[in-house]
Amino acid sequence: MKLHITQADYDALRTHGEETYPHECCGVLLGHAKDDGNHVSAIVRAGNTRTDSAHNRYNISPMELIKIQREGRKQGLDIVGFYHSHPDHPAMWSSTDFAEAHWFGCCYVITSVDKGKANLTNAFHLSGTTEDDKAFQQEEILITKAVGENA
Amino acid sequence: MKINIPTPLRAFTDKQATVEVNGATVQAGLDALVAAHPELKNHLFTSDGKLRSFVNVYLNDDDVRYLPAAEASAVSADDELTIIPSIAGGTGLSASRALCCR
Repeated sequence: MKLHITQADYDALRTHGEETYPHECCGVLLGHAKDDGNHVSAIVRAGNTRTDSAHNRYNISPMELIKIQREGRKQGLDIVGFYHSHPDHPAMWSSTDFAEAHWFGCCYVITSVDKGKANLTNAFHLSGTTEDDKAFQQEEILITKAVGENA
Repeated sequence: MKINIPTPLRAFTDKQATVEVNGATVQAGLDALVAAHPELKNHLFTSDGKLRSFVNVYLNDDDVRYLPAAEASAVSADDELTIIPSIAGGTGLSASRALCCR
């Protein structure tokens, strides 16, 4: 399983993290789930509602998520993942990320932003079907030139 | 009413993104949904029948938890329910120590 994403979308989610530094950015990946992994067709920036602790927490309001989902469906797209940044912290999932992860089958993309500059970007697939058997599995990010390409 | 199913729960609705059910209230709609797709029950509700804390249910644009009648709110055939799990995270308060990968 790989995350398929265009160079433009990949760059855009990393840039988002630089723009919100030292706060965490967050957004949604729209596309299609296929046998070889999630294919991203578009990314949508979202607001971080955790203004009380935006340097180390993020939350997307359910209503904003619903609106993004509605707009996506008009284009035939589903939510296939999310992205957020870790300001001055590694691009690895945290215990908070894991505890708050409930979108099974979706991909969680994390970018470390060190001193304002996007560094590593990693993708983690949330496997399992329940809170008891869920697990994050790192997956390869396959950069494509255009949506739908394999490489 | 139409109930919108989020991607992670479509594995339990035969891959359907929306499910049509009959019911006069939000609770009745959710009950009808679970009756049609029993595997959803444990994903939506705790053992004592309450919505799981990370499961949000919206009646059109309103969070059901904050409606005066909550799950007992009346719905019409044209109304839309949306089930949307929460999305949150971050490095956490003690991030340098909390980081983990297992």
